[in-house]
Amino acid sequence: MASQSTALQHHFENAEQQKDASTIGMWVFLVTEIMFFGGLFLAYMVYRQAYPAAFASASNKTDLWLGAANTTVLICSSLTMALAVHYASIGKKNLIVLFLVLTLLLGGTFLGVKSVEYHDKWVHHEIPGANFECEGCADAQHASLFFACYFGMTGLHATHMIIGIFIILYLIVKARKGDYGPEWHTPVEMFGLYWHFVDIVWIFLFPLLYLIDRSGGLKG
Amino acid sequence: MITAPSPVLTKKNYLNEAHSLKSWLLTKDHKRIGILYLISVTFFFMLGGLYAAMIRLELMTPAGDLLESNTYNKVFTMHGVLMVFLFLIPSIPAVLGNFLLPLMIGAKDVAFPRLNLLSYYVYLAGGLFIFTSLILGGVDTGWTFYTPFSTSYSNGYVLTTGLGIFIAGFSSILTGLNFIVTIHRMRAPGLTWFRLPLFVWAHYATSMIQILGTPVVAVTLFLVVLERGLHIGFFDPAYGGDPVLFQHMFWFYSHPAVYIMILPSMGVVSEIISTFSSKKPFGYTFIAFSSLAIAVFGFLVWGHHLYVASQSVYAGMVFSILTYIVAIPSAIKIFNWLATMYKGSVRITTPMLYAFGFMGLFTIGGLTGLFLASIGLDVHLTDTYFVVAHFHYVMVGGAIMGFLGGIHFWWPKITGRMYPEGWSKLSAIMVFCGFNLTFFPQFLVGYMGMPRRYHVYPPEFQVFNVLSTAGAGLLGVGYFVPFIYLLWSLKYGKLAGDNPWGATGLEWKTSSPPIHQNFEVTPVVTQEAYTYTTEEVAHIG
Amino acid sequence: MEPRSFQLFPEAASNFAGQVDGLYAFLVLTSAFFSLIIAFFTVFFAIKYRRKDNTIPTPIDEHGIGGMILEITWSVIPLGLSMVMFGWGAVIFFTESRPPADAMNVYVTGKQWMWKIQHQEGAREINELHIPVDRDIRLTMTSEDVIHDFFVPAFRTKSDVLPGKYTTEWFRPTKIGAYHIFCAEYCGTKHSGMIGVVYVMSQADYNDWLAKGSGEGSMAEQGQALFNQLGCGNCHPSTVQRTNGRAPNLAGIYGTTVDLKDGSRVKVDEAYIRESVLNPEGRIVAGYDNIMPTFKGLMTEDGLLKLVEYVKSLGPANGAPMPAVPGTVDLNPKQTQLKAGGTAAQAGKK
Repeated sequence: MASQSTALQHHFENAEQQKDASTIGMWVFLVTEIMFFGGLFLAYMVYRQAYPAAFASASNKTDLWLGAANTTVLICSSLTMALAVHYASIGKKNLIVLFLVLTLLLGGTFLGVKSVEYHDKWVHHEIPGANFECEGCADAQHASLFFACYFGMTGLHATHMIIGIFIILYLIVKARKGDYGPEWHTPVEMFGLYWHFVDIVWIFLFPLLYLIDRSGGLKG
Repeated sequence: MITAPSPVLTKKNYLNEAHSLKSWLLTKDHKRIGILYLISVTFFFMLGGLYAAMIRLELMTPAGDLLESNTYNKVFTMHGVLMVFLFLIPSIPAVLGNFLLPLMIGAKDVAFPRLNLLSYYVYLAGGLFIFTSLILGGVDTGWTFYTPFSTSYSNGYVLTTGLGIFIAGFSSILTGLNFIVTIHRMRAPGLTWFRLPLFVWAHYATSMIQILGTPVVAVTLFLVVLERGLHIGFFDPAYGGDPVLFQHMFWFYSHPAVYIMILPSMGVVSEIISTFSSKKPFGYTFIAFSSLAIAVFGFLVWGHHLYVASQSVYAGMVFSILTYIVAIPSAIKIFNWLATMYKGSVRITTPMLYAFGFMGLFTIGGLTGLFLASIGLDVHLTDTYFVVAHFHYVMVGGAIMGFLGGIHFWWPKITGRMYPEGWSKLSAIMVFCGFNLTFFPQFLVGYMGMPRRYHVYPPEFQVFNVLSTAGAGLLGVGYFVPFIYLLWSLKYGKLAGDNPWGATGLEWKTSSPPIHQNFEVTPVVTQEAYTYTTEEVAHIG
Repeated sequence: MEPRSFQLFPEAASNFAGQVDGLYAFLVLTSAFFSLIIAFFTVFFAIKYRRKDNTIPTPIDEHGIGGMILEITWSVIPLGLSMVMFGWGAVIFFTESRPPADAMNVYVTGKQWMWKIQHQEGAREINELHIPVDRDIRLTMTSEDVIHDFFVPAFRTKSDVLPGKYTTEWFRPTKIGAYHIFCAEYCGTKHSGMIGVVYVMSQADYNDWLAKGSGEGSMAEQGQALFNQLGCGNCHPSTVQRTNGRAPNLAGIYGTTVDLKDGSRVKVDEAYIRESVLNPEGRIVAGYDNIMPTFKGLMTEDGLLKLVEYVKSLGPANGAPMPAVPGTVDLNPKQTQLKAGGTAAQAGKK
């Protein structure tokens, strides 16, 4: 099995070329991901600029503590992921599996907390659409834009997390078989890049959606 | 040239290596994937062409007597969606790019063959979604999906079509990604960046646009789907949104998308003109860098679609001046091609006729682009038939002339056989004349003020529309004839030999059709591209 | 408008027509010149350098001095010409987007699939626009549903008509006659049926036409009736003398700049009046509470325009030019965020 995965694919000259190709490919992929999220960030920034009061009051509706907790969880998961990559590169099979499982658990925690937040929004009718309500918002119509951006951005982010979790499961299975070692662990490394990227997106989402205008300075 | 026609290809090649359907559908060979794309884009092109025929027939008379308004709107929408997303964007990159890029750089395959196959099926899935919405009853928003019409008012299948485009977009992204990595990491020993054929440079620039632009239109359509399907408002003023934001996001991709269609075509033309002048392209570096310049500046001009859409006056002026700047690299290419022919050894072959056709149509398309870039003139011209004519000259005149020219140029390599020269020249001339007859009158009727997407129009515009419909008939025949004789040539065409044109690229150094691994031995490159030698020139004598 | 024999230029019936046609002619000539040069050299080279024998042509070194001169020439000349085209077009556009101060106001509402037009004097029409010749006309336009576009080819101008926004378009008709109005932005099934006619009349004929009017009084009068009917006056005083604590006095407010509750300032223009009726909680004038109910869904765009016209008629800036960026009135122009202290300081300066 191991030999099958580590084998040089027929169209590459050598292992180095193969690894380089994967690395460049992954970085290019992350560039497309940035552009993908970029569209949503643009919409958010345009509307935040246009309706600051509405956005300020609506963003006060987010749960700061759950958001902060989730930020911590994700940063920790990036650490465990980095450790998994590290142990893959020195071929410590059990530690790879351990840290992948930890990453998986932290990712799961994040999604769990997120779904609590979503449920909360659902209960308070803060989901844009027919039944939208925003108690105490300065400008309900434009506050709904905030929540549209909120769900669009966090939803897309969560989708990436869910895809990531499936990939971790696959990696765990492979790692248990001892597929990854010093000479070949490209999938773990590439997935690490992906996971850190998803983490970084959250690092931008958290202040944009939860923190700005939290002090109440702009309450309309 | 091989004179004795030999009807059977005996040598082992990528075509006769395996014959089962599975060996085609699950192939990871970039050449076979290119063929799969060729079949698919041809299908969608014909479907789109059918819709074009319906549009032209309807517009022969001022009254709406053939189709109902609602049907007409769906017809032009489906024409646009099919042609743009399922034909023009994948045409040259996915067919010729897939087939040729690894050959040209002396690689055995693209960097990620499995991803390449995946992107084909993603494309097909997107096509299936669009095809389904077409069967269900179509969509009537125009290919631009302007909000709030598309999200709140249209009664067509916006969701399925939007999702289809969203999915097909990922195919384009993955192809672009694959090409970029391939060009960076898979070049044969000695093949430095400035020894690359211009076709490769053009595809590199195209891939950049694909990976940077396509995700933005994907997320934009995703928001449209959210707004229409779940009433999560982003763009409809009824939800507090701004419909013009949609236009900004849409054109941020859809303007550069024009360059996805045209840049590969320019790459093809560079190859053809050099080969049939037996001369290195004049200004190789200028042509290469102008592709990159177009890719970069192409991202900064989207606002010229919004001059009258309540964009600020000064924003309009900035976009106007940037639009003029992006025109310069295109002009540079045209002049360099001309200079390539100067003191060359010119042969008038079918691909060369298509290359001339490209230069003619693209020149007109590009120059009329200057009319639309000029903000004061655009206020009168935008959303009229002048725009329709302009983008057909660029996208159809440009992309399809390049596509057909490329298909003819590399047909001997792809199939190992020659097409009938007489017929192909005749059809190239028919396409050129038919095209001009179809679209030139549209410039005139556009200046007269006929708005685009009009089902019924005032009688004084009829003369132009009748001319246009007549031209479309000729154009249709011109497109159909190659379809017939190219199929014919698969069985009856003369064997081509490895290098029938006396061209210099690495793809001509291997057999026709190439073997599965492309090259017996990985080639080592020791000289610049387009170094024509007596051997090659004598060869074609 | 009667179909004439074959023509290549539409009727030229506004102040812009001559300018646009001139620029068009310049571009046609330049393009024809370059097209012919390119076509000529393509054909000429193809014939002159046709393959005669198997000798290999010597490649030209474009890095040589001659090559560089060529490359620079054919980059710089097109660039120079295109800058002329840019400047020329920009100048025309600049005029097009600056309506003269004393232009006559006409209000346009687009709706799938018709044009509803109101004159200040009260006359209303559908798919027809009657205007006097040689007067500057300014259209203030909005849409009740999707995006439309008000296009008069004979006037060489158009502008999108957007829902939730006012856009403007102006022209000075120069020739008596009847001309097409087209909707130029695709708007659904009967898009091509959303057409109409502009009748450009002599001032006398126009006065006669107006006199036949609707009998409902001027737009401002109709707006006042609406104002009373909706009970706006219960909170909003409309004469200078009266004030109350509930809502801002509307007399003389049009065209002024007011301080908002959140510390920013806004110019009271058509867009802000419209917004205040539909989304009163959005931007509240400093010193007042959020007590006004929204009239969203209760008001048609036509009715809103009447109210706007009524508030404008309360002076002082009635008839003054649009204060915001002309050509486009964003409902929510970018607000300048001022700290609370900043507002006080500014007030102090006054």
